[in-house]
Amino acid sequence: MQQVFSFAADYTRYVLKGGPKFYAWMGFLGLFILGMLYVFYLQNTEGLIVTGMTSQIHDGLYFANLVFLVGVAAGAVTIVFPAYVYHHEGMHKVTVLGEMLAISAVIMVTMFVFAHMGRPDRLWHMIPLIGIYNFPHSMLGWDVMVLTGYLILNAICGFYYLWVKYTGGEVNKKWFMPLVYVSIVWALSIHTVTAFLIATMPARPMWFHSMMPIRFIATAFAAGPCLIILAFLIIRNNTKFWVEDSAIGLLTTIVTWCLGIALFLTMSEVVVELYARTEHANGLYYLMFGLHGLTKLVPWFWGAIVLMVGAFVLFLIPNFRNNMQLLPIPCLMAFAGIWIEKGMGLIVPGFIPTPIGEVTEYYPSLVEVLMTLGIWAFGFFILTILLKGAIGILQGEIKYAAAK
Amino acid sequence: MLGPARSRFMEDHTVTPNETPSASAGQEPSCTCPTPPASANPAAAVPKTTRRDFLKTGGMLSLSSLIGTAALMTQSDDANAAIEWAEHFQKNYRLMTDKEKDESRARLEKRYSAEYGKEVKVDTTGPQPGMLMGYALNIRKCIGCRRCVHACVAENNQSRGAKPGEKIEWIQVLRMERGKFEKEKMDHGYPEGLGIQVGGNAYTPSGQVLEGEYHYQPEAVPEKDATYMPIACMQCEKPPCVKVCPVRTTYREADGPVVIDYNWCIGCRMCMGACPYWARRFNVANPVLPKEEMNPVTHYLGNRPRMRGVVEKCHWCLQRTRHNRYPACVEVCPVGARKFGNLLDPESEVSKILERKNVFRLKAELNTFPKFFYFYD
Repeated sequence: MQQVFSFAADYTRYVLKGGPKFYAWMGFLGLFILGMLYVFYLQNTEGLIVTGMTSQIHDGLYFANLVFLVGVAAGAVTIVFPAYVYHHEGMHKVTVLGEMLAISAVIMVTMFVFAHMGRPDRLWHMIPLIGIYNFPHSMLGWDVMVLTGYLILNAICGFYYLWVKYTGGEVNKKWFMPLVYVSIVWALSIHTVTAFLIATMPARPMWFHSMMPIRFIATAFAAGPCLIILAFLIIRNNTKFWVEDSAIGLLTTIVTWCLGIALFLTMSEVVVELYARTEHANGLYYLMFGLHGLTKLVPWFWGAIVLMVGAFVLFLIPNFRNNMQLLPIPCLMAFAGIWIEKGMGLIVPGFIPTPIGEVTEYYPSLVEVLMTLGIWAFGFFILTILLKGAIGILQGEIKYAAAK
Repeated sequence: MLGPARSRFMEDHTVTPNETPSASAGQEPSCTCPTPPASANPAAAVPKTTRRDFLKTGGMLSLSSLIGTAALMTQSDDANAAIEWAEHFQKNYRLMTDKEKDESRARLEKRYSAEYGKEVKVDTTGPQPGMLMGYALNIRKCIGCRRCVHACVAENNQSRGAKPGEKIEWIQVLRMERGKFEKEKMDHGYPEGLGIQVGGNAYTPSGQVLEGEYHYQPEAVPEKDATYMPIACMQCEKPPCVKVCPVRTTYREADGPVVIDYNWCIGCRMCMGACPYWARRFNVANPVLPKEEMNPVTHYLGNRPRMRGVVEKCHWCLQRTRHNRYPACVEVCPVGARKFGNLLDPESEVSKILERKNVFRLKAELNTFPKFFYFYD
């Protein structure tokens, strides 16, 4: 028990201390978090009328970010899997960082759920026993279950590992390894279920196809590692912790091929839908070319295609992917491209036209932009703290013995 | 849009949207059934005050009544807060015991009465045995006057604000253009030269277009070059919206309609995504419902005033149909295109239509099994 208290105290003390760069970064994020709190208050007094959402297009930027971030959370498995199944040395060293990223991403997903809901004050209605949990019928019920499970699994695996490092003991493989294997499969499940969430609605033909889960996983395993690579490069340049080139190299390979698969799936969808060009293809047609003169999403779509294809080509060039100065460029491009394609480019056109054929447009309001920035800032706030603590322990700067 | 559409038709008929049945229902709240169920008289739960009697005699719109309303509201501020607090922790409607239902009803009646300055009743009558509601609509007869739309809004206390999103209508009447095949286009199309694969008359209104439009503003209805297709909730036997609801706040009642417990809805909008008929609306703001326009005859699962952040939809006027009255849209339809009745009664109009007419269900391929049928004669 004594150890637990000193772990908490040492951990907190370590993550709260930092140089001016650290405080400036946290303060910068704090500003956005304050903005988020204000617009959250607005949304829950005025209602969602302060957003761009309507009865026609009732899922917007929040839902888009939610879907995207579930992918980022699942993307952590691209570290855990090579580390524990292929015993990749470089990856094994940084596994816990991937788990910290997963925790932050799931927290952001939860916050986007709160932002999205009309009545966040009634969320307790979903809690079994005191509320009603429509399980197993409701896909959203499944989604909540797998996401909660994933958060718990990562918290246990990540913090147990840190705890062992802190106390200087040995990992108890008897229960730790099975838990790790469960979390690997679980990572796939969170994004699969999120895909099912929208792909099980025949009312929305644009989403109603069985390609959705694999496409989600492919894009997740491209966007997630992109963010991880960026985080690793920042860690390498700003801390004493060294992430091996081999780990970054493997992540780059994963990103490249998942991005390739994602582009292939997009191409397949375009051909299948536009060749026959039924009414069911109207959503995609709106996204690519506009419908009835409404074209707000057209630049987003082509922008995403340019970013993704461009990133794919750059990743294929050895001089680019092996150069740690240039690597952030395709990573940022792929991350942004997938964010658009899977977010605004997938969620919004699902509602255009509506099931009765109405073509309306959606554009996020300032409130939605502030909320989204605020939640991302909060996510990075948490991520910074978690990564700082984890690195401190991995480096041996936080140690139980040292406290004595 | 709120006002009645100027139509040639209207001059011939005496019924106008302003005289929709809800207005009369306000003055005559008791149902038409000979012996209303005990719970149909919820006013008994509210202690009558002399002020309320005074309000009644004084008339709702007089100055004195406005002052009275103000007094009523200020006095019950604390009480209202307590009521809302209690509402917050109530169970899902279906899981409530009869006693809890009564308490909840009394709470709501008290709050609504204070809020709208009139005696509001919240009915909790359940499904009646032997009744399965069904609806049939004669699309040949519909003239697109949209009286059903306006009567529905007046009856069911929808939000009627001016800002986008504040105006909610449950019925949409789609205007479908009746186009022609054009001779000039017969040898056009693409690709040209090597044999046409797509004729020049494709993607244009020819015969009938697939896409409708409900924002039409004609000089008069019916228009010569149009047909009309009203759409609202289909009250599916296998409703996709019910399946996706994470908290089971929306469900199918035993007598057919799919209803929502507005106090239990978390506003996740999954049901709206799942509905293939775009029947559901979301309250993006606190509903705009002027006191004088509020229909005080309400049902718990039906037309009682909703709150910000919840989903709502057509429920076939439970406050009427549970007491053997027609839904407002059926009652107001000037051409008799709308038919409503008991699907289990072979003598009902709806049963007869299903037996004798050519009927179809909208998007039948989705296996939602609507209890709303279209027919033509």
